[in-house]
Amino acid sequence: MVVKKGNRGGMGGEDAEEELKRDPLQAILLADSFATLFRPITLERPKVLLPIVNAPMIDYTLAWLESAGVEEVFVFCCAHSKQVINYLQNSDWFDQPNFSVTTIESYNSTSAGDALRLIYEKNVINGDFILVTGDTVSNMSLTQALKEHKERRRKDSNAVMTMVIKQSKPSSKTHQTRLGTEELFIAIDPDTKQLLHYEDKADTLKGTVSLDKGLLIENSFVSLHNDKQDCYIDICSPEVLSLFTDNFDYQHLRRHFVKGLLVDDIMGYKIFTHEIHSSYAARIDNYRSYDTISKDIIQRWTYPLVPDVQFFGNSVAKPERQGTYRASDVGLSRFAKIGPFTVIGSGTTVGSYTEVSNSVIGEGCIIGSNVSIDGCYIWDNVTIEDGCKLKHAIVCDGVIIKSEAVLEAGVVLSFKVVIGQGFVVPAYSKVSLLQQPVKQDSDEELEYADNNSGPIETTSISNTPEYFEDELKTELSDSQMQAVSEVGNGGLGFIWSVSEGAHEDEWRHSVAPIPVDRLVEIIKKQAAELEISNDDGNILPPSGELEPNSMNDSDEDARDDDAHFEKEVEATFLRAVDENVKEEHVILEVNSLRLSYNLTATDCASALFYAIMKLALDTPHGSPGELVKNVAGVILKWNKVLKYYLASIDDEIEVIQKFEEMCLDSTEYSTLFVEILHLLYDKDVLQEDAILNWASEKEEAEDSDKLFVKQAEKFIQWLNEASEEEEEEE
Amino acid sequence: MDFQVVVLAGGFSKTLVPLVSKEVPKVLLPVANRPVLSYVLELLEQNDLTNALPPESLFLLLLIEFFTVVEGESAALLISSWISSTFVDRLQVEVTAVPEDVGTAGALRAIDHRLTAKDILVLSGDLVSEIPPGAVAAAHRRHDAAVTAMLCSVPVSGPSESGSSGAKDKTKKAGRYNIVGLDPTKQFLLHIAAGAEMDKDIRVQKSILRAAGQMEIRADLMDAHMYAFKRSVLQEVLNQKENFQSLRRDVLPYLVRTQLRSELFLNGAQSDENGSGMDAVQNSKVLLSQLLANASTPSFHEMYALDSAESAPISRKTHKCCVYIANKSKYCARLNSIQAFSDINRDIVGDASHISGYNFSNHNNIIHPSAVLGSKTTVGPHCMVGEGSQMGDKCSVKKSVIGRHCRIGSNVKIVNSVVMNHVSIGDGCSIQGSIICSNVQLQERAVLKDCQVGASFVVTAGSEYKGESLAKKEKQ
Repeated sequence: MVVKKGNRGGMGGEDAEEELKRDPLQAILLADSFATLFRPITLERPKVLLPIVNAPMIDYTLAWLESAGVEEVFVFCCAHSKQVINYLQNSDWFDQPNFSVTTIESYNSTSAGDALRLIYEKNVINGDFILVTGDTVSNMSLTQALKEHKERRRKDSNAVMTMVIKQSKPSSKTHQTRLGTEELFIAIDPDTKQLLHYEDKADTLKGTVSLDKGLLIENSFVSLHNDKQDCYIDICSPEVLSLFTDNFDYQHLRRHFVKGLLVDDIMGYKIFTHEIHSSYAARIDNYRSYDTISKDIIQRWTYPLVPDVQFFGNSVAKPERQGTYRASDVGLSRFAKIGPFTVIGSGTTVGSYTEVSNSVIGEGCIIGSNVSIDGCYIWDNVTIEDGCKLKHAIVCDGVIIKSEAVLEAGVVLSFKVVIGQGFVVPAYSKVSLLQQPVKQDSDEELEYADNNSGPIETTSISNTPEYFEDELKTELSDSQMQAVSEVGNGGLGFIWSVSEGAHEDEWRHSVAPIPVDRLVEIIKKQAAELEISNDDGNILPPSGELEPNSMNDSDEDARDDDAHFEKEVEATFLRAVDENVKEEHVILEVNSLRLSYNLTATDCASALFYAIMKLALDTPHGSPGELVKNVAGVILKWNKVLKYYLASIDDEIEVIQKFEEMCLDSTEYSTLFVEILHLLYDKDVLQEDAILNWASEKEEAEDSDKLFVKQAEKFIQWLNEASEEEEEEE
Repeated sequence: MDFQVVVLAGGFSKTLVPLVSKEVPKVLLPVANRPVLSYVLELLEQNDLTNALPPESLFLLLLIEFFTVVEGESAALLISSWISSTFVDRLQVEVTAVPEDVGTAGALRAIDHRLTAKDILVLSGDLVSEIPPGAVAAAHRRHDAAVTAMLCSVPVSGPSESGSSGAKDKTKKAGRYNIVGLDPTKQFLLHIAAGAEMDKDIRVQKSILRAAGQMEIRADLMDAHMYAFKRSVLQEVLNQKENFQSLRRDVLPYLVRTQLRSELFLNGAQSDENGSGMDAVQNSKVLLSQLLANASTPSFHEMYALDSAESAPISRKTHKCCVYIANKSKYCARLNSIQAFSDINRDIVGDASHISGYNFSNHNNIIHPSAVLGSKTTVGPHCMVGEGSQMGDKCSVKKSVIGRHCRIGSNVKIVNSVVMNHVSIGDGCSIQGSIICSNVQLQERAVLKDCQVGASFVVTAGSEYKGESLAKKEKQ
C-alpha cells in the first residue's frame, strides 16, 4: 500500500494496485427496496425519495458515497423510476466533478437479483464495487474495508464479498434490533473474519441455532454472534454479478445469495465481514428504523450528515439547545413550546400553546394552536388545525388534519389524506387515498409484490400527475361515502386493513415505541416457550441411549421438511396446471422451493413425480384403463419438466421408489404398477438402466419390500433380454 | 475453603484392554513407573487447596467400579493398600467401591450421604496434570457457580521435537474432543456437546446466545474431567434426574442447558445456603446492590435475571456454569486410551518431565542406581530404567520406559515403548512403539511393532507381530 499514490510509471507495483488506479471506484445503488414495508406511502412515491429529517433518503446515501471516495454510481430504479430520475435530474447530482451518477431503469425487475442481472448485462461494472440500497444512512469510511477486501482478493480470488457489520445487541424481549429488523445470528471465523453462517428471519420457534458440523473441522474455533447488525453495505467483486446471472433463481441478496454461497458452497466462494466500530451505518428498512435513524441523525451520530450541515437536498437548519434545529424562517408563536430533539423546516408556522417534542416537522407546514406533537414525523405542507393530538405518527406531504383530531401511536397518514374533525385514528392504522390493493398472491412473495404494481403506477404518476389526480378523484367520488366514513366527517382516505396474522406484528415495525403491556405479554410468552424448548431438552436420555434417540429427532425434522416441500411442490404444480404456466416457470418455482428447503434435485424429481401422478389420480376416471390414459396424458404434457430433474440414474431410481410408495398407499395404482412402469419407460421418463438398477437394488430387500419387483418381473426380464440382445448386436 | 474432593478411580476401562487386568485396575497403571493415581493424589497434596484446608475436612473417596462387589472390593483393597503404603500420614483417603454400570453420576449417588461440604471437587483418577485444582476451585468460588469445569487444550500427542507427520495427523483426527461454547470473557460455559452429539450439527440454544450476545465455539479444548460442583446443586440433580449416568455426558450438559432457567434447584440451594428463603424480587435487589457495590461488570446471567425483574412479574432464576481454561503451556492429559498411555509415558519422561518428580541425569534420562547395563548398551535421552533391571550387551533404548526387575538380553532394541515390571526379554528382540505389561516373557528374536502385550503373556521365539493386541485367554 506504499505505492498507492504517484509513480505511475514506476516499477509496476502489484496488479491490484494498478487496478486500483485504473478503475474508478464504482457503486451500485438500488433505488428500490423490493419490499412493501413502507406501504401505503410507497404506492405514491418511491422509498428512496421519502424524506428523513427533511432530506430524501437517497441524498444521504449519495452524499455518503461521494464523501467515501466513490467516483461512479449506478442508480438502479424500478418502482416509480421516472420519479427517481426526475428527482436526480433536478438535483445537482448529475453535475458533480469526480462523481458521476448514472441511472439504470428497469420496468420488470422484481428483486435485487433481477436488478443485478440486468446490470451485469449492461456490462458497466469493471472492478470491485460497493453495493448499497438507496435507503442507507452512513458516514463510514470505506478505505479500510476496501483495502482489506482487495488484500484478501489478492490472496484468494474466491473472496468475492465483504459485508459490513456493526455491533448492536437485539432486545432480549422482542428479539429485534433497535432498527426493528429481526435478530441476526451469524458465525464468523475470528481470525480471518470469514462469514460462516448467516441466519436472519430466524425461526423464532426453534430454540436452537444449528451450525454445520463441518465448520469446526476446518476452523478450530468459531465465534457465533447475536449482537451484530447487518448494515447492508457490501463490497463486491465483479463475480457477484455473474453469480447472480448463473444462478437465475437468486432473488434476495441475503436470503438467496449469501445463503447460497454459504450453504451450497458454490465453487468455494467466500464472504468476509468488516466490522465498524465508531462510524455509523444503518439502513432504513421499516418504520421503526425510520424512527431510530431519524433520532440518530438529530443526535448527530451521522455527522456530517446532520441537519445543520449542508449536503445535498437538505436546507440548513440552525442548531439550538437540546438538539433542536430550526430553519431561519420559521414562524413560531411566542407561546409555542418546542421540546428537545426536534427539527422544524423552513416556512413552517406553529401556533400558540402548541407543544412539539422529539419530532421532525417539514417545510411549509401550518400547525395551529393547542396542538400536541410528540415523536412524530411530519413532512412538507401539512396542515394541522387547532387542538389536535399527535403521538408517534408519520404524516406525509399535503395532509390536512382537522381540528381536535387525534392520531394514536403508530399511525401513518399517506399523501394528501384529510382527517375529519375530531376523528380519532386508531393506533397503528395506515391511511391512504389509494385503496388497499387486493391481495396479490397466496404465495405472499413480499419482495415481488411491490413491483407488480410499481411500474404501472409509475407511469401514471410521473408522466401525468394531473391525470392521475383526476383519476384519483373519480375513484374517490365513487367511494366517497365509504372514504368519508372511514376517517371522519369531511375526511378523505381509506384505512388499510392489516392482513390477518400480521396484525399481531404491527407494533414491531411501527414508529411508536413498543407499549409496556405488549412487552409483558412477550416476556410471559417467552417464559412459556423457554419451558417448552427446555422440556424438549430434558428428554435427553441417559448417556447410553443418547444416540439413537437424538437421531430420531433430527430424522423427524427432516421428514417434516420433506412433507412440507412435497406439499408445496404439489401446490405449485397444480397451480401451473390450472393457470397454464409455462414449463420454464414451473422449473423456476420448484427450484426456488428447493433452495428454500435446502433439498436436492432428486427430491424435486420425486416430489414433482408425486404431484403429477396425484393429478392423474384425481382426474376423474372410470376404469383402471382410463387411469392409465390419464397418466399417459399428464406425463406427456409434463415430461419436459420432469425430465429436467431426472439428470441421473439415481434420480430415476428415486422416482421409481416414490412410485412404489404411492402404490402402497393407493390401491388403484398398485394394480397398475407394471403397466405404468412400462409407460414411463416408453415415454422415456425412465431409462432401462434405472429400472434394472432398481430391481437389482431390491434383490437383497425383504420379501415384503419386493412386492412390486415381483410384479414387474416379466418386464424386467424383458428389459434384460433386450439389453443383452443389444449388446450382442454391437 | 470448604471443599470435598472425590476422585473417580474407575475400574477396568474397556479401551485399555489388555493393559488392565484383575490385578491392575486402570488407576494403578504405571506412568514412568508410578501408578497414574499417584499423580492426582500428589497434585492434591501439594496444592494450595489442601494447604488452606484444615486436614480433617479433606475426604478422598475413591470409587472403584467393578463387575461384582467382591472383585470391586478386592481392587479397592488393592488400591487402598497402595495408598496407605505410599501416602501414609499424608492424605486422609477413604476408598469406596461401587458397581461398574452405575456410571460416574451413579457413583456419586452412592456416596451422597457423605457429601457435606459446600462445594465438591470431582476429579478423574486418570488425570496427569500440573494444573492446580485450587485454581479451578477459586474460579468456581469467584463466580459462585453451580458448576465449574476445567478445560485444557487438546494435547498434542508427541513432543514437538519428535513431532513426526504421523503424530500430527493423529492430533488432527483426535482433535474433536468436545465442542464448547464460551462467552467472550472465556469465563462461562454456554454450550457443550460431547460424545454422540459430536457427529451432528452443532445446535446452540438461542436463548443463551441471546443473553450472552456472542459465543465462541471451539473444538480445540478438552474436558479434563475436573469439576467443581456446588453440592446442593449436584445432589439435587442427581436425585431428580435418576436416569443420569455420566457427569460428563449428562449432568454437565444438563446444567449448561438450563443455566438461564434453573427452576430446579435454586430454591433449595438458596434456602440452605443463606438460611432464608428470599423471594425473587428481593433477591434481584440484593443482586443489583451487590453489582453496584462491586462495580464489576455483571455477568450476562445477572443481566438476564435483572432484565426481567424490572418489567415483568415473572423472574428468572439462573445459575452459572463456569470454566477454567488451563494455560496452554501446562501439561494436562487423561489416561483413557492405549494411545494416551503411550503418549503420557513418553511425555512424562520427556517434555513434561517436571511433573514426574524425578531428577533427570545429564543425559536427560533416569537409570536407577541398582539397574545393571551391559557393555555397549546405550540408553538415550527421555528414557527411564527402573530399579533392579538388568540389560545385556549392545542393547539400545530410546524414548522408552522400562520398569522394575526386568531381565533384558543382549542386542535388544527398545524404541518408543513402555515395558512394565518383571518382564523378561530374550536376546535379539526388537520392540517398537509397543506396551509390554508385567510378567511378560519375550523369547529370543521376537519382533513387536505397535503391539500391546497383556500381563504374563509369552511371546514365542522368533515371532513377529505388528499392530496387534496380545493377551492371555481369560480364565473366568
